Amino acid sequence: MRLNKILKNTLLVLAACLVLSACATKKEVATDIQGQMQGDVYTGTDTVEYLADGVPDRVFFATNESILTTASRETLRAQAAWLRKNPNINVVLEGHADERGTREYNLALGERRANAAKDYLMTYGISSDRITVLSYGKERPVDSGSNPLAWSKNRRSVTVKAN
Amino acid sequence: MTKKILILLFILIPINASALIEVDITRGNLNPLPLAVSPLSIDEESRKSFEKILKKENIGSEISNIVENNLRISGLFNPLDKKAFLQAPDIANLKPRFEDWNLIKAQALITGKVNYIDDKLRVEFRLWDVLAAKEMMALAFTTVPNNWRRVGHIISDKVYERLTGEKGYFDTRIIYVSEEGPKTQRIKKLAIMDQDGANNKFLTLGNELVLTPRFNPASQMVTYLSYFKNMPRVYLLDIETGTQEVVGDFPGMTFAPRFSPDGKKIIMSFAKDGKSDIYTMDLENRIVEKITNHPSIDTSPSYSPDGKYITFNSDRSGYQQIYVMKNDGSDVKRISFGNGLYGTPVWSPRGDLIAFTKLHKGKFYIGVMRTDGSGERLLTENYYQEAPSWSPNGRVLIFYRETKTNSKGEGFSAKLWSIDLTGYNERQIKTPTDASDPSWSALLSN
Repeated sequence: MRLNKILKNTLLVLAACLVLSACATKKEVATDIQGQMQGDVYTGTDTVEYLADGVPDRVFFATNESILTTASRETLRAQAAWLRKNPNINVVLEGHADERGTREYNLALGERRANAAKDYLMTYGISSDRITVLSYGKERPVDSGSNPLAWSKNRRSVTVKAN
Repeated sequence: MTKKILILLFILIPINASALIEVDITRGNLNPLPLAVSPLSIDEESRKSFEKILKKENIGSEISNIVENNLRISGLFNPLDKKAFLQAPDIANLKPRFEDWNLIKAQALITGKVNYIDDKLRVEFRLWDVLAAKEMMALAFTTVPNNWRRVGHIISDKVYERLTGEKGYFDTRIIYVSEEGPKTQRIKKLAIMDQDGANNKFLTLGNELVLTPRFNPASQMVTYLSYFKNMPRVYLLDIETGTQEVVGDFPGMTFAPRFSPDGKKIIMSFAKDGKSDIYTMDLENRIVEKITNHPSIDTSPSYSPDGKYITFNSDRSGYQQIYVMKNDGSDVKRISFGNGLYGTPVWSPRGDLIAFTKLHKGKFYIGVMRTDGSGERLLTENYYQEAPSWSPNGRVLIFYRETKTNSKGEGFSAKLWSIDLTGYNERQIKTPTDASDPSWSALLSN
């Protein structure tokens, strides 16, 4: 009798759990897509690669902007620390734009974004001799989608080892 | 490839100066002029000779087809079905029976003949006003047989000019960027073709990214951007010899090149430290001049046809807008004030208009405005399109259009399109691969 009751309760709890977790996953998926962007800056990690443990290779930008976000500055500080520890490594900063602009303006915008990253690395002690800037404009998207999330992944400056 | 000197042009009979039929090209032509292009007649011996050399069964019909196609795609003319023609080509060229042509509602008639003389191709053609029963024009050309397509284009230009009162644009070429491969890793090559899509040829191999080729309006030189050795720089290419040289070898990216109207200078942007300014380089003495000096992005410069002014786009107001300045960089004035962003201004060869790309509420438009920014007219709206280039007579714009991908990121394409200044007659220009960044040459023969 007692065992029965316990079992019954357990089942009820289990059932409740199932219902709840179903709700929770649904919600999570919904917030996940939105959770990958703040404003229109990409905050996800799908496309991010790592130069070393804890050193992400890229930072993201808002539409038509080259301002570094708090998260971008944190990434670049980690890159600067890594570059200080590895004085023989030089880098190329590849600046990119999304597809929603004219080709020539995007080339300039990519250059401006990569330079924003370069300036920040320099304020953390990295010599400009070690940094080359290369803009690809809208020529090399990582995500071929035609939607705001894809565009946010493509508005980026990627730090690539040059040697 | 310059065959200008090889094409000898004779005026057969003094032309009756007053245009009888007139086609108004300043408005959208909803009733294109019905005309008949009678196949050029050819004697059997000449036909056989050309068949041997050019592998074309009847070169007379082939040339007529070029003329017919050109006139049709101009949107101003309606070439009638040959099956309805009552008079044989050889007799029509001697003296058309105007009542026969009138019967099928042709208002103008083109006739002519081809001969094989001394290893050369000789063409004579006549343009007739059917209603007035009069000859309007008669011309003859002699050239090497391989030039037969150009003969068709030159005839088209002469007919267009006689009937509209303005220069044609058929004996021209388009340089563009051929695109292949996935959107994330496109392979791009410079390519060139006749204005009607024939004679397509690739000029680079696709080993490095190339962008924005532009013709020298005064010669067959091209300037473009190449990522050779991963250094985006402005280059010059001689399409006759294939010689390439870097012109924008600055300590940073040079891009957005165009020639001055006399072909002696290149105007371009140079990006350094996050700012892009406009520079010119004299191709003779290599003297570089800085034209703009502003912490903003200044790019896509284009000269007025007299060379006295430059239009460009800049985000100095906070957003991309169109500006006009004197050629020394003084007297900068913003001319675009509508809603949205404005880019890629290109001055019309006629001098009166500036074509542009506009981005507003997620849509891209190709439009034109007067050089003071007034009279803005949007010609076409799409998901993505940009980079208009003018036909040499300033009546047609060519540009490229990209498609939206689906939810899986598939379905991307880039194609060339053209549209009349009137906003009518929008057409896709067929290319063997995907295509972008078109630039229209000047007339090859004048």
